[in-house]
Formats: sequence, structure tokens, C-alpha cells
Amino acid sequence: MDLMQDCMRICSWVKVACISGRKVVFMKDYGLSLLVQGESPHVLLTERERLREELVDLAERHGHERTALMAILQEVQRRYSRISEYAMQVIADLLDIHPVEVYSVVSFYSFLGERPQGQFVIRLCRTISCDMAGKSHLARQLENDLGVRFGQTTADGKFSLHWANCLGMCDQGPAMLVNDRIFTHVTPEKIHGILEQCRRTFVGQPLPPEEGRRP
Amino acid sequence: MTSPTRTSALTFSAVAPGSGLAAALSQTPSAVLGQIAGSGLRGRGGAGFPTSLKWSLAAEAPAQKKYVVCNADEGEPGTFKDRVILTEFADLVFEGMTIAARVIAARHGIVYLRAEYTYLRPHLETVLARRRQEGLLGHNIAGQQGFDFQIDIHMGSGAYVCGEETSMIESLEGHRGEPRNRPPFPIDTGYLGRPTIVNNVETFAWVVCILARGAEWFKSHGTAKSSGYKLFSVSGDCKLPGVYEFPLGISIAELLGEVGGEGAKAVQVGGASGQCIPAAHFDRPLPFEDVPTGGSVIVFGPQRDMLDVVENFLEFFIDESCGQCTPCREGVPKLMEGVRLLRRGQCSMAYLKELCGLGETLQLASKCGLGQSAPNALLSIVEHFQDEILGRAGAKRSPAHRGKTK
Repeated sequence: MDLMQDCMRICSWVKVACISGRKVVFMKDYGLSLLVQGESPHVLLTERERLREELVDLAERHGHERTALMAILQEVQRRYSRISEYAMQVIADLLDIHPVEVYSVVSFYSFLGERPQGQFVIRLCRTISCDMAGKSHLARQLENDLGVRFGQTTADGKFSLHWANCLGMCDQGPAMLVNDRIFTHVTPEKIHGILEQCRRTFVGQPLPPEEGRRP
Repeated sequence: MTSPTRTSALTFSAVAPGSGLAAALSQTPSAVLGQIAGSGLRGRGGAGFPTSLKWSLAAEAPAQKKYVVCNADEGEPGTFKDRVILTEFADLVFEGMTIAARVIAARHGIVYLRAEYTYLRPHLETVLARRRQEGLLGHNIAGQQGFDFQIDIHMGSGAYVCGEETSMIESLEGHRGEPRNRPPFPIDTGYLGRPTIVNNVETFAWVVCILARGAEWFKSHGTAKSSGYKLFSVSGDCKLPGVYEFPLGISIAELLGEVGGEGAKAVQVGGASGQCIPAAHFDRPLPFEDVPTGGSVIVFGPQRDMLDVVENFLEFFIDESCGQCTPCREGVPKLMEGVRLLRRGQCSMAYLKELCGLGETLQLASKCGLGQSAPNALLSIVEHFQDEILGRAGAKRSPAHRGKTK
């Protein structure tokens, strides 16, 4: 494929992926992605342009009012595992507010942030009932199994580990959230299985629900 | 009296969805308000503000647009009843909101659901869609001409302070969840500057029960000033943790008997922002006028170190403080330093008194409930467990994994 060779000539690292039926070539160092669509002429699209398109879509869906800000930010966080400075600027433009306003909101909430997070964000509850139920052992085991400390992301970008304040599972502690899914009565030996289940889950797919958990 | 696995024994499961709304539609809005006033229902989120008063003030406010907000940002440590209500009795909550909308003439309702409960959202959306289909939401609800009401779900993003009503409104408007000065109160200047009522999940569900069963039934339970039943979230060192329904005014000893928490050394009532009550005071009842609570009861067994408990709570407040006002932002870390000194056995009595003085300053000078209640746990533990916390050998190290602030 000539195109690929051209790409390889200008950068050290090329990755081809299929995104919503279109072939996309990512080129390292250039922040570019090349859209290869059937036999049509190649469309050169930067990552930024692609992000901008998505944000315009989101603003269309949620509205251009300030009240839409949280919903848009939550969706960006979900899709990209972070809210980049550039995304904040575009959102500010779309909602007609100052970028600093967007930054002030992103920096306030613990589920939003600029730093890239792993595909699976693990939040271990550290509040009193889970603490008394033995969250310290879980914390140690999570660090051992993941090889990272709290607040860090694994080198492969799979997992981020964080503390959480009360997850509302005080009667079934210790509890932890993995993305949107809650795990209760977690024990250190269960951790490995949970992490394995995550590793087997494809990017963009939700974790299957836990069986037989009571409300 | 309900054990955690038997939600079927709660009053909520005996009330047929729809019966409250039917009763409300057969009366004028002011008659509905009269019933709620007659029942003596007080807000179930913990502050215990009379629901009928809040609603009547919002109803009287002259405005074209008004809002009904359901506070499902259940972040208080040890509280999980709203999770159970939303899972099992979402219909009652939405029905209560619909009744509120009719009373204050609102057309738009918002459920502010905390990010930690994102997994509940699909279920809630399903219930909302079904209610729309059944004509219980949308235009001309239940055939009543001109009665329009819709409910949207807004997600939080992990901020405890957003459980405070003005912070919640700020967050809904797309701002940092920093509390506003009150007055003006949300009932006249709330969401987007319009009259807004913010009520707890449980309050809305009780409104339905009151209309379905009558104000008298509700009034006949509980105490004179705190009538009716309340859900309690019980966790910690007891045999049967879970959600229980008790009449308000039940004593702590009775409650502990039901949940298998006999022999406890202390209980924390009202979560991290509540107070710690030692065994000697277990005969105290739990109505709003004595020990106010949003329903959180955390049981501490005899083996618990109360300093661990207070350290955990202060850590929580340091992490969750919004940083807007100085007493809370700077004061709570100072209290934490004091607790670390106590742990090392290096705290003089004079310094402890100074810490307590600082705690009282926080209670007075903080802008919102978070800072005002952050020192509660420390103050009550200093009051009741002085022998345990003073003059420690310092050998006892804190566990390796204290949660660190992010």
C-alpha cells in the first residue's frame, strides 16, 4: 500500500485502525489521522479536527447553553478518558463562555480531569464503613496486582487506580467501582479475577453486569 | 422493621404506585399542601425542614417557570437508602415529584444523580420512559388538561458538596459546585434564577405514601415534632447491616437491638457530618429535634480506635471541601494535624482546647454545611473519649493505607 509507505517515510510509527467502518491511519509525532474510505480520495484529518467534529455534534445534541456543559464534559471524559485543553477551548467556543470557565469546572469535579485515564478506572471506597470492612488489604492487593500506586495509571493504559469517597455500598463493603460497574464484598483474592475480566473486555465495551447482587 | 434483604417489608412496597397521584389529582393543590402540612413531614435528607413550608413558599412565588429538583446526590458516608429507593421504588420518587410539580405549578423536574450511581441510570430512564408511555409524565398528565411535567436526569461528577442544595443548583447550571449565600433561598431564586424546590429522594416517596394513606396515618407515628417513619442506613460493626424502616424517635439502643449491634462502643449518627454518640447515651432517641439524621447510622464495635474514625472523617472533608471559604479549606487540615499529634501522643491539653476552639470557629464561620459540620466528629470524640485519645504511647501507627488526597 503506497499510502502506508508514504506515511512510514515521514514518521517512525504508524497504526491502522478501523473506526465506524472507516479505515484510519494514525501517525505518531504528527498527531494526524488519515481517513481511508473505499476508493475515494484520502481525507487528511487531524486528531483535533476529528475531536472538534465530535464536540460540535455533542453541543448540537445537548444544546449551546451553559447548562449543557456538564453533560458534554461527562461524555468527552467517557469517550477519551480525559478532557484535553484543546477540547476545553472548543467547548468554550461552542457554548460562548471563557475557556477558563470550562477549566474551572473540569478541575473541580473528581470524575472529570485533564490527565489521561486508563481504559478502566478503578475507584476504591476509603470511607469509614469500607475502611472498617478491610479496604486497606484491598488497596495493597490492587497496587500489587497492577504495579501502580493510587493516583497512577498502568503503563499499558489499561487501568487507573483512585480512591473514592463513600460509594453508597456501606452495608456491602468493601466496595469499588470499575468504570460504571460496582463490585461489593470485594476480597483481596477476588481482585485478580476482576482485573482479568477487564483485560478480556474490548475497548469501548462495558463490563458485563455482576450476577445476583442485591440493591 | 426491615432487614436489608426484605425491602418487601417497607411501607413503600405496600403503597401501590399511582395511588398517591390519583389522590393528589382529585384535590386542589392547596388541599394537597394541607395534607402534607397535616402529616408533619420533614425533609428526609437530614436537615428536617418542613416539606409543606418549602412547597408553599415555592407555590406562592410569582414566576412563570419553576423547577422541582430531586436530590439523589447521596454522598454522606454511611448513607445508602436512596440507592435502595431508586432501585426498588423509582416510581414513587417520580410520582412524588409529579405531585410536587402540581402543587407549585412547575413543568420541569430534574433528578440530580451522583456519578457513583451511574449504573442506576438505565433503570431510571426505563421507568421514566414507561411513565411517559402511561401518560403519567408529559402533556396533560393522567388526563388533566394543562398539567404538563417532564423529568430529566442530570449526572453529578463526584463532588460531595453538590448534595448541598445551592451547590447542586450551581452544578446543574454548569458551574463549579460551590454553595451560594443564602438568602436568597432556592424557593425564590433557584435553578436559572427561578423558584426551585430541592427535596431528598426519600421525601418525595413519603409524599406519595401520605397522600395514599392519609396524613393522620403518618402523623400517628414518630414523635410530636418529627412524625412518621424514616429509612435508616445501618452499617459498621453489626450483624445485619442494611436499610431499615423505623418510626422517628426510636432510641439508639432499640435500633442496635434490631440490627444486631449490641455491645457497640459508639455509633455515628448522621454520617461524617453528624455526631458520635457513646454507649452511655444510647437511650437517646433519634428524632430531628434531638439527634438530626439523614438516616446514616454507623456502628463502632468495642475494638475500634476512635482516632482512626475521626481521622477517616477529616480526610474525607479535606478531600471534599470545595475550597471556597477559608475556615473550611484551612481549618480542616489544621484539625487533621491535631489528630496526627494525638495519634503520636504529642498533643497537650492546651493545644487540644485550641483545636476544639478552632472546631467551633468552623461551625460558626464556614459558608455551608460541609465546613460547619466537619469538626462535629472530632468535637464529640474529644468530649466522650478523652481518656482514649489523650496521652497515647504513640506506638500505634496508622494503617499503611490511609487514603491520600488526590
